[in-house]
Amino acid sequence: MNAKFYSAIALVALASVLLASCAVVSTPTTVQPTAVSPIVAPPTRAPSPLSPVATPALSGPPRTLTVMSHDSFAASEDVLKSFEQANNAKLNILKSGDAGAALNKAILAKGNPLADVFYGVDNTFLSRALEADIFEPYVAKDAPAAFQLDKGSRVTPVDYGDVCINFDKAYFAQKKLAAPQTLEDLTKPEYKGTLVVENPATSSPGLAFLLATVARFGPDKYLDYWKQLKANDVKVDDGWEAAYYTDFSGSSGKGPRPLVVSYASSPPAEVMFAKTPLTDAPTGSVVGDGACFRQIEFVGVLRGAKNPDLARKFIDFMLSVKFQEDMPLQMFVFPVNPQAKLPEAFVKYAQIPRNPATLPPDDIAKNRDTWIQKWTETVLR
Amino acid sequence: MDGNGLAVKVDKETRRQGDKGQRVPLSTCLLLIPLTFLALFYFYPLIAITRLSLAPHGTLDVRSLAALVSSSYYLRTLWFTTWQALASTGLTLAVGLPAAYVFARYEFPGKTLLRSLMTIPFVLPTVVVAAAFTSLLGPAGALNLTLMRWLNLDQPPIQLLGTIWMILLAHVFYNTTVVLRIVGSFWANLDPTLEHAAAVLGAGRVRRFLEITLPLLTPAIAAAALLVFIFDFTSFGVVLILGGAQFATLEVEIYRQTVNLFNLPMAAALSLVQIACTLGLTVIYTRLQARTARPLNLRPQAITQRRPATFRAKTLVIVTVGFIVMLLVTPLAALVWRAVGDGWQSFAELSINRRSSYFYVPPVVAIRNSLLVAGITVAASLALGFIAANFLSRTQSAGRWTAILDPVFMLPLGTSAVTLGFGYIIALDRPPLDLRASPAMLPLAHTLVAFPFVVRSLLPVLRGIRPSLREAAAVMGASPWRVWREVDLPIVGRAMLVAAAFAFAISMGEFGATSLVARPEFPTMPIVIYRFLGQPGALNYGQALAMSALLMLVCAAGIVLIERVRVGEVGEF
Repeated sequence: MNAKFYSAIALVALASVLLASCAVVSTPTTVQPTAVSPIVAPPTRAPSPLSPVATPALSGPPRTLTVMSHDSFAASEDVLKSFEQANNAKLNILKSGDAGAALNKAILAKGNPLADVFYGVDNTFLSRALEADIFEPYVAKDAPAAFQLDKGSRVTPVDYGDVCINFDKAYFAQKKLAAPQTLEDLTKPEYKGTLVVENPATSSPGLAFLLATVARFGPDKYLDYWKQLKANDVKVDDGWEAAYYTDFSGSSGKGPRPLVVSYASSPPAEVMFAKTPLTDAPTGSVVGDGACFRQIEFVGVLRGAKNPDLARKFIDFMLSVKFQEDMPLQMFVFPVNPQAKLPEAFVKYAQIPRNPATLPPDDIAKNRDTWIQKWTETVLR
Repeated sequence: MDGNGLAVKVDKETRRQGDKGQRVPLSTCLLLIPLTFLALFYFYPLIAITRLSLAPHGTLDVRSLAALVSSSYYLRTLWFTTWQALASTGLTLAVGLPAAYVFARYEFPGKTLLRSLMTIPFVLPTVVVAAAFTSLLGPAGALNLTLMRWLNLDQPPIQLLGTIWMILLAHVFYNTTVVLRIVGSFWANLDPTLEHAAAVLGAGRVRRFLEITLPLLTPAIAAAALLVFIFDFTSFGVVLILGGAQFATLEVEIYRQTVNLFNLPMAAALSLVQIACTLGLTVIYTRLQARTARPLNLRPQAITQRRPATFRAKTLVIVTVGFIVMLLVTPLAALVWRAVGDGWQSFAELSINRRSSYFYVPPVVAIRNSLLVAGITVAASLALGFIAANFLSRTQSAGRWTAILDPVFMLPLGTSAVTLGFGYIIALDRPPLDLRASPAMLPLAHTLVAFPFVVRSLLPVLRGIRPSLREAAAVMGASPWRVWREVDLPIVGRAMLVAAAFAFAISMGEFGATSLVARPEFPTMPIVIYRFLGQPGALNYGQALAMSALLMLVCAAGIVLIERVRVGEVGEF
């Protein structure tokens, strides 16, 4: 601690040496900022997406590829290393907050991007990214057409996940009560006070669940459904962490409520990350028709990227079997590449909804804010 | 670093300056450093984001401001934000002041440890604190289960979660240490002879407190109350996680507008309201301060403190300490209990990269990163804060500069982190200040938050130094440097340590600003905690709690070390 104290004093001292000679002092005013960076993109050379500018040098010092993503991005060490080795590249991963915050930062930095690649925009926010025009088109080698939502190929789908209600098996067994099957079941009296959801205004699974109710009941009726849920004592938390670990009884947080909005991949995660080996998942998912909402995550080359060729290679790499098979255990999402095999725990413990709810991104874009606003007025106030 | 060589140099420099020429005083010259810092890393990004939000095409678009004023929802949000902050501050003072008295006037075993433990809430992520409160006060929490068993009840009698009471309780839990430290350390140096004289003259206990002690303490109480109020006013995690989604403060609304709705104009308008409130409050405070601050005979603690001897004193100490332990230490104990509840498995697991993840962080690395950032934050904020506070204390309290600068120094605390974070993205994007994705952003952001704390901790004490002491020293031929070293430093040393403890705690626990900058891999302990909490599974949850327990331990150890610093007479006073 002494060292710290001395260095503090030394800092003051150093500064005073520098400034002691300042003889004439004008009134200290705050420095006026000279320029605010323009949000309009400076003229960028837009290389044709399909013809790489130059073959990247595979010898010489490695080039740095910067990947911007949300905080949940994860991958195995050897998988990312294999990309670095194959392309003589060094990865620099910028984690930039939750999915919404990361995307907004990418949009604010438009024209002078922080990174080459942005990964993690999902179908609920896709239109915001496309309207802001932050991506350069690129048709990836193995782009799966089934999940592509942008006709202009400015983004490439990488993974998907279903937001579903999880239930605590022990609670329902003990109460000798059947777990709910559909969204409609949740308004029944036997499930009063059992559900905790996330606020769609602050949480990505919360928004997905709201969209599931809109898809199921229609934009005119979904608020009626939420009124019934409110009458049935639904609890709203701001984020997944609080809902799952503080309020949900099926997690190790041992909260009071046996139903929570989470993911279809949470039950296998409970098995894989159990403290003592389990033979069955302690939780299950409610996967009846339209009870889950499918989130698809996309990646794209940022306009004005310093290494667009390397960025495109990274996108190809993310679609490769190697990366796709690594994703489930790292990020608890499902691969879009049909050739990628699911890990055993996923096959055994994840229930995949046959008919998940979806909404066209344009619909979501047009109405998302209104739906959230009306939901807030109905449920929270 | 070798500070002595530099010190000698400075000595010469300042001596040369000492002759009363037309030169500007050193303290004014030095002021340029914190001012430049604030200009570059606070005002510039803030103005940039405000301009982009409110005047994207060059002309001011006031529609969002108009919408804000005319909407009853935002007015209600402002009202809720204000009254919950007032209530929280009042309660925090009610708990903190008796504690400050006991800590200031009495010696008792375990005092340093208890004071360090009380700082820990400051560093804990809200989600973790929520877990602690739930396991104590939740429907299936320890307290409710016990009460149900004792009283034969069917329903849990205590239903605090998701109510305003939970928010208030959490604010008291987080901020009592601010009152205890700022008021307590000032009180500890207050000369008791005045009170003794009043007692001799026949004044009763209450009258002595109201007419002697309270007026003398006012500057420190006001400083602490201001900090606590601004903290509660800009509360984010506590309101969201412990209060629930039905409560919204301005800060919550700013986050929602910025991140989820990407409605920058409305976010900027709300940010400006929040800043204006902070500014207005600090201006009032500065006025008040000008009337209440007076030079005092500050005395070393050895003179002011004693062991509780009488029955009355003993009872007072035991009751106060007992209450503090119940309120602040029990939740911490509950957390540790949960973390080690089923053995050390989760702690052991921290050192295993089970998924061979690219982003795996060994606990030692997380601890090292946290300590490194905290170290830089402590050094930088102490240096900047001391210069600023020193300048303010030397000028007339009612003077022009103090009236302007004092509130300006407080502004970073009242500014939404998300607004500033987005400001960094658009403002600091060109060399030489392309810091958007630089690891330097972490200590920078932490210093910005810690700086106002340092200023507030130092100012009451610096103002309390009698100018005659300095003058006497100067008359006897001491150089300004020597005057500072021998007069100011010993008296202000204790407050420096208080400020250092705050800066350390702020940096160790800070997550908000951390998550708002785009950061390359440099994971600190709170980041690792949130990483574990972001995934399902008992092992992930267990590791989050284990890392939280480690964070508590490292923080407590760091603060105990800071408290033990003795530089000359610094710690003794």
